Amino acid sequence: MSSTTVKITSLTVTEQVMTFVKAKLNTLTNALLLPVVGISIFLFFWSITAQSIHTSLGEFPGPKAVVEQFSSLYVEHKTEREKAEAFYQRQEKRNAAKLAKNPDYVGKIRAYTGKETFVDQIFTSLITVTCGFLLAALIAIPLGIWMGLNKRLNLAINPIIQIFKPVSPLAWLPLVTMVVSALYVSDDPLVSKSFLTSMLTVTLCSLWPMVINTTMGVSSIGSDLVNVSKVLRLSTLTHIQKIVLPASVPMIFTGMRLSFGVAWMVLIAAEMLAQNPGLGKFVWDEFQNGSSDSLARIMAAVVVIGFIGFLLDRAMLQLQRKVSWDKSSVNV
Amino acid sequence: MNWKKSLTNTLKKAVLSSAVLLLFTNIAYSESLGEPEKEELKFGFIKLTDMAPIAIAYENGYFEDEGLYVTIEAQANWKVLLNGVIDGSLDGAHMLAGQPIAATMGYGTKADIITPFSMDLNGNAITVSNKTWQKMKPNIPKMADGRPVHPIKADSLKPVIEALKSEGKPFKMGMVFPVSTHNYELRYWLAAGGIHPGYYAPHKGDSSGTIDAQALLSVTPPPQMPSTMEAGTIHGYCVGEPWNQQAVFKNIGVPVVTDYEIWKDNPEKVFGITAAFAEKYPNTTVRLTRALIRAAKWLDDNNNANRPAAVKILSQSNYVGADYDVIANSMTGTFEYEKGDKRDVPDFNVFFRYNATYPYYSDAIWYLTQMRRWGQISTDKSDQWYKDLASKVYRPDIYVKAAQSLIDDKLISASEFPDFANETGFKAPQKHFIDDIVYDGNQPNAYLEKFSIGLKKGDKL
Repeated sequence: MSSTTVKITSLTVTEQVMTFVKAKLNTLTNALLLPVVGISIFLFFWSITAQSIHTSLGEFPGPKAVVEQFSSLYVEHKTEREKAEAFYQRQEKRNAAKLAKNPDYVGKIRAYTGKETFVDQIFTSLITVTCGFLLAALIAIPLGIWMGLNKRLNLAINPIIQIFKPVSPLAWLPLVTMVVSALYVSDDPLVSKSFLTSMLTVTLCSLWPMVINTTMGVSSIGSDLVNVSKVLRLSTLTHIQKIVLPASVPMIFTGMRLSFGVAWMVLIAAEMLAQNPGLGKFVWDEFQNGSSDSLARIMAAVVVIGFIGFLLDRAMLQLQRKVSWDKSSVNV
Repeated sequence: MNWKKSLTNTLKKAVLSSAVLLLFTNIAYSESLGEPEKEELKFGFIKLTDMAPIAIAYENGYFEDEGLYVTIEAQANWKVLLNGVIDGSLDGAHMLAGQPIAATMGYGTKADIITPFSMDLNGNAITVSNKTWQKMKPNIPKMADGRPVHPIKADSLKPVIEALKSEGKPFKMGMVFPVSTHNYELRYWLAAGGIHPGYYAPHKGDSSGTIDAQALLSVTPPPQMPSTMEAGTIHGYCVGEPWNQQAVFKNIGVPVVTDYEIWKDNPEKVFGITAAFAEKYPNTTVRLTRALIRAAKWLDDNNNANRPAAVKILSQSNYVGADYDVIANSMTGTFEYEKGDKRDVPDFNVFFRYNATYPYYSDAIWYLTQMRRWGQISTDKSDQWYKDLASKVYRPDIYVKAAQSLIDDKLISASEFPDFANETGFKAPQKHFIDDIVYDGNQPNAYLEKFSIGLKKGDKL
């Protein structure tokens, strides 16, 4: 009798273990195996089709050529860094010699004058997009909240937003360039004009989704919550702080994520067109060079641009999870 | 792994110690000239092999020898580059010889731009698409081995254009800028073959340059020439290297004539700065000219011995960026016409020999005569007017200062420069043009009378 019970329990235990393992395996397949399979199939088709496309610059680059370019880009980065080091050493020596000759000489260390490597371009682009995006957020979120709270203002401003929202960055770019070069005049500029142009173009394009989403989020707060605030006679600031912001955070963040995606895409286009430093310029320069490596290098940049875009989106998602009180509202 | 490390270490030490040596002996830094007033400079260029003196002056440390910290930046097209120099975002740039002249004259954007340094001679070619070449080829005389006789004249192109015209189709060619050498060379070649390239009429607001034209010329930035021709938008183009050799490598076109054959040792690019810059920073101007002269000399030293090294530098993506082989094809003394038809053109790119770097007034005046010939200068001007404008833009005085200090520092011997004491700035009458017309810079108006196609005295559109 007792032995059967043991048997049964042990059976259930193994069964439980089995289901547990199965579930684990399932999640593992879902999380790892399937993407790997998908990517492998993609790589396979990529290399097959790449071989059969012949451009005037040679074959379309397959995965192998792109990987090779990644390593060559990295090597280039390393050599450039060594050259930079030598540059600084030479400069120090030169300054020291000048100081020896003229005791009043105030030495100045100048930044390296060599080329920007691929890695440098990535960082330039990241900094530009972040600055542009933050500036947009700084304008869009307060404006959105105000518009959400004030129906009349919303009605007044909404048409403008609807008109500007679909405008391509490429249309803004010439205007921004001209305005920046007319207004931003200084002998010792804090940031370069090209940075400002790219950044403002990004700002102009990522503004609208944020404004719209914030407005929507704020105006759709449940009437119960609004009534609570009214009963407690909260001041406007406290009302925004305690009721409006927490309630509309999910919508605001959805807008921010959308905007960041737009911002990243806009930035690459702006850099390409205006020849401003960054990944977009890298792509354009390589296209202009027309060397036999150019296409593979462009493809490498495409992969990096996509990957960074993906990481930026994930980062925004994590941030959103962290700040929302309602975790279920966060969708991947 | 270890030996590798020690090797790099020794190398590093060697480089460092030589740098230190250079510093203490101070062979390159001229004391007599005085400190540069502006040390951080930014120079622009267009991706063409004739920007080489700037790249070499940077890579060989000649700018640093002068105490200049130079950043070099590729520009999208000639207009962007010129505007950069005018608005001060660039301190100087690799320019078309016609740009400083036209800017000073006020054709296009008006600005006082000068040049203390002429960057090179020759270096351009005219390329036509494969289709056009097939139709041209039967009209060209052949040598015993079946290859076409050079120079190929535009006479062989004329029937092709007429055939197109009878079908109601225009013949289009690309050049890089309205006041570019390429525009004038292409026009010269076409007109020498009896094809009218069209007039400009700026006083009527016509800047397209297609009045009376049998061949329509339009502007395309150099690096985009091959792809524009591949797309069928133009039937051919005139551009600098490597974009003609690129067409051969890509199998999309055939270079038919080099500018060396159109006008032997013609002046090509110049280094342009604003007159205000030269006035405000005289030491910097002389010093950067010194660095550029040294770079040009290095490029031509020992019968082009340094060219392969130069090509390697130019093929870096931040300079010209095309493949080594494409750039080397023309930079190392050969030029490939039709695929496989590679001929020796030792002077295809001249950077220093034949006093290539000296800014001759007569060179500036030749450009002015062509501007008048095609209507960019809409009214008659006196010979004196030509001379005055040339001396305003071309500044041998700065060049001589730089060259003299190089002679004094024993970096370059005086025999490699013109005899400054007797130099007038006018070359002796030049004969080697494709149509055998002689050019004398002292008589621009008389020169204009010699052409059968082109505006002459009293002509006004």
